[in-house]
Amino acid sequence: MSKIKELEDFATQVRRDILRQVHKVNSGHPGGSLGCTEFFTALYQGGIMEHKPEFNMDGKDEDLFFLSNGHISPVFYSVLARSGYFPVDELNTFRLIDSRLQGHPTTHEGLPGIRVASGSLGQGMSVALGAAQAKKLNKDKHLVFSLHGDGELQEGQNWEAIMYAAGNKVDNIISTVDVNGQQIDGSTETVLPMGNLKAKFEAFGWDVMEIEDGNDMQQVIDGLTEAKSRTGKGKPVCILMTTVMGNGVDFMMHTHAWHGKAPNDEQLETALSQNPETLGDY
Amino acid sequence: MTKKFRMKTYTDTGKKDTRSGFGAGLTELGRTNPNVVALCADLIGSLKMQDFIDENPQRFFQVGIAEANMMGMAAGLTIGGKIPFAGTFANFATGRVYDQIRQSIAYSGKNVKICASHSGVTLGEDGATHQILEDIGLMKMLPGMTVINTCDFNQTKAATLAIAEHDGPVYLRFGRPKVANFTPEDQKFEIGKAVQLYEGDDVTIIATGHLVWEAIQAAQKLSEKGISADVINIHTIKPLDAEAIIKSVKKTGCVVTAEEHNFLGGLGESVARTLAENNPAPQEFVATQDTFGESGTPEQLFEKYGLNAEAIIKATEKVLKRK
Repeated sequence: MSKIKELEDFATQVRRDILRQVHKVNSGHPGGSLGCTEFFTALYQGGIMEHKPEFNMDGKDEDLFFLSNGHISPVFYSVLARSGYFPVDELNTFRLIDSRLQGHPTTHEGLPGIRVASGSLGQGMSVALGAAQAKKLNKDKHLVFSLHGDGELQEGQNWEAIMYAAGNKVDNIISTVDVNGQQIDGSTETVLPMGNLKAKFEAFGWDVMEIEDGNDMQQVIDGLTEAKSRTGKGKPVCILMTTVMGNGVDFMMHTHAWHGKAPNDEQLETALSQNPETLGDY
Repeated sequence: MTKKFRMKTYTDTGKKDTRSGFGAGLTELGRTNPNVVALCADLIGSLKMQDFIDENPQRFFQVGIAEANMMGMAAGLTIGGKIPFAGTFANFATGRVYDQIRQSIAYSGKNVKICASHSGVTLGEDGATHQILEDIGLMKMLPGMTVINTCDFNQTKAATLAIAEHDGPVYLRFGRPKVANFTPEDQKFEIGKAVQLYEGDDVTIIATGHLVWEAIQAAQKLSEKGISADVINIHTIKPLDAEAIIKSVKKTGCVVTAEEHNFLGGLGESVARTLAENNPAPQEFVATQDTFGESGTPEQLFEKYGLNAEAIIKATEKVLKRK
């Protein structure tokens, strides 16, 4: 089996995990999670990040990842579990009382793989920059990756961080923006148009590249590989990655309706039938 | 006939600002602890960080006028094992960035030291936009946050050294004006441990920050009137040294709290809660009364807002009548 096919199979199982997690507790955020499934799979399974599932908070001598738009926790949890950070069975506890799998990711319950709480939007890039600067102080050549929603860029703190990163030549960071064009109240164009994001990042001094189809595994792998080659050259690297919210489930695609809504029993059945089991359900 | 007793003397060795105590402590940490790093949001001079920067330029991060990013970066730096000291004015180190502190630092359990100068009203002429009288309340409500308000140069330096050894988020509050420097230069700073300044039987006076020196002046004047005050310097508002407070108030039967902060949310409320649970007693609050500050000299502001020795004496006389 080709590497890409293996990764696609992994992603299909992750989609099932996402759907089953949110269905069980009738809450959570499937739309953005499904849209970023290829990205997470590529990072953790596609050889993009050097990472250690035995997990050490300090993360020395490995690449680090920070999820800023914490509401897409179902995809993060599924990929972490299936990458060996914690038992896959624990996905059963998503959003339940006494669980380490809180609605939004947190370090508070000690879940391996999570290095900072996120969910209140706009904070992740700053944290990633701090970790990137610590890596430079520690003479650790590994990289820091972060993921942000496009709607999330409406939070002003991002632009403080974007300005800092370029101004201080933090060139060991790759920040990806999930450009799905949707947010809770509708499309980003109707809620608060953000104009030309590429031009904005470039004007701030970033090296900006694009992944045209963030749901095409080959494109995601190629894009992240290219981004890695652009690090260490005096500029922070930004990937504008276009995705389809709800990707892989036909009735969830191209709408913000499934941002924070769980499928009912019937909808789950339909959604799962479109994503047949590949690695085994938990 | 008045009681006669001998008062211990506390000597002002020369007025200094508490922020310089922070700067001196940070400089020492720069030499002794390679993991200590510092961040500042365009207020290096005000925070007295220049010596640390000169000696450790690679361990300093100038973030510009961007406090939210500073707090997030500080949280991130801990992930590489660093101990970040993030400095700015108290107003911009708390209320402006409360959610960043809450999520990225406190909830995430990050070992960040938030170092806040120009707290209270005594930064003076800049007025209420730059003064803050709500920061102790904001910070003590965050689970896991240690809250410290130091009283003079020596204590601030000692506290700065001590918090580097403490694993967990800390809010260190100090100020701008030059004030009496009277605590020992070689003091050992124990987080959460009250410092007994005077032993007395009639009233307990519990003070923090710049009000500690005022409490000492008040106790001396009260002694001339035959009133003996138990005076406690509470530098750590959270965790509060409940044992020392309860022990004292069991002896005296009443208490005056004194702080450069709103009476809502400050030291006084923490003391009141402790006593309500353990040893209820009449209490008077020397604090601002749910108001903003304004422009003026520190002395004028202390007088206008009732934050000096005279106010502590009045509060003592009032509380004694309620015993």
